[in-house]
Amino acid sequence: MLNIGQIEEGFVLDHIQAGKSMQIYKHLGLDKLDSTVAIIKNAKSQVMGKKDILKVECDINSLDLDVLAYIDHNITVNVIKDGVIIEKRSLVLPKEITGVIKCHNPRCISSIEQELPQIFYLADEKNEIYRCKYCDEKYSEGDADLL
Amino acid sequence: MEKLRHMMNPLDFSVEELSDLFDLANEIENDMESFSHKCDGKILATCFYEPSTRTRLSFETAMLRLGGKCLGFADAGNSSAAKGESVSDTIRVISCFADICAMRHPKEGAPMVAASRSRIPVINAGDGGHQHPTQTLTDLLTIRSLYGELGNFTIGLCGDLKFGRTVHSLINALTRYSGIHFIFVSPQELRVPDYITEMLDSKGITYEEVIKLEEVMPRLDFLYMTRVQKERFFNEEDYIRLRNFYILDKAKMELAKEKMFILHPLPRVNEISVEVDDDPRAAYFKQVQYGLYVRMALILTLLGMTDAHMNEGLIRKF
Repeated sequence: MLNIGQIEEGFVLDHIQAGKSMQIYKHLGLDKLDSTVAIIKNAKSQVMGKKDILKVECDINSLDLDVLAYIDHNITVNVIKDGVIIEKRSLVLPKEITGVIKCHNPRCISSIEQELPQIFYLADEKNEIYRCKYCDEKYSEGDADLL
Repeated sequence: MEKLRHMMNPLDFSVEELSDLFDLANEIENDMESFSHKCDGKILATCFYEPSTRTRLSFETAMLRLGGKCLGFADAGNSSAAKGESVSDTIRVISCFADICAMRHPKEGAPMVAASRSRIPVINAGDGGHQHPTQTLTDLLTIRSLYGELGNFTIGLCGDLKFGRTVHSLINALTRYSGIHFIFVSPQELRVPDYITEMLDSKGITYEEVIKLEEVMPRLDFLYMTRVQKERFFNEEDYIRLRNFYILDKAKMELAKEKMFILHPLPRVNEISVEVDDDPRAAYFKQVQYGLYVRMALILTLLGMTDAHMNEGLIRKF
């Protein structure tokens, strides 16, 4: 049994689809944090079979978790303060996502313009559809390549 | 300082703003002479990264008719894009030379990128298969001028409803007005996309989809014809089979109302027989004329040179 110490303040991201934790590590910018981060891959799960978990020791106001909803809206976000879970946060699809996915429309200006940020807006919340800000190409979860 | 405005999509302007724009276009229509010095000393840059005849000439004529001057390029080969310059850099340079820019680009979203970096108003003059807002403004002005109002009519859209960007853009723009019934006339392969019909359903707007034009002709107030575009087909056989699917001729016109109007974004190939051109209901060349008026009105509006803007300026001054 792998044992990882509890955290005083931060987040535990549970029920991450197995294998996706490193993508989330990258998109949350955890590599830039000067604090403890535990990545647990392929942990046993009764519901999912196996899952990934991320434990992040940090100020609970310092991370923008919006992007998680686009990557995997089934993730459970546990907010920890003074060693206890104070909130189980539900994920809300962000109105706009920047620098997370890439538009694959070859006719889009983002395919040739130098250093143009990849920006997508939430076009249909109910059906979880994003569209490229430049060409309006449609993307559902999993359609697009993560940057 | 007033916020810099651009024209990327007709929906960027509210219904009231569009109404003001069309009022101004109709004023220009009635007395073009009185607008002939409104843009003295102003310069329009036409940055056309792909060839276009009507749109570019319409923009240039609009500026010349307002007393301004034009500069620019007519294809990417004659521009710094051939050397690899980005759209962002090009517009920064153009902003130093001109007062307003009309941009056509084969890449979708290019004019939007230009607008985000520009110090002058940018008009999207067509970006690939994405948007062509001044065509939609032209269509709306033509409908309003001929019919007297933007609403309470039945419009048939016929031909390539799958790939035709002008059709999609016009439908989107018309959904903001009330009492409009759409009839989509197309072969099965070129049906209007599902996202359009879903959008109409969600807004409670009525529509029908039919294959035979003759069936619906007597009910139409407007018939918007489109060309089946060869470049959209991978298979030459499909193109040849579908290009002659609808040909509007005198016989079909006999089924139409006496006060029906035929529109077409042009260029036409063979979908409207030339024998229809002399019919008083053929409005597609008049539509080109309205395109000029609306571009003149748009240039004045984006430059803040309408009477309303001038009056506001005077009020602020005193």
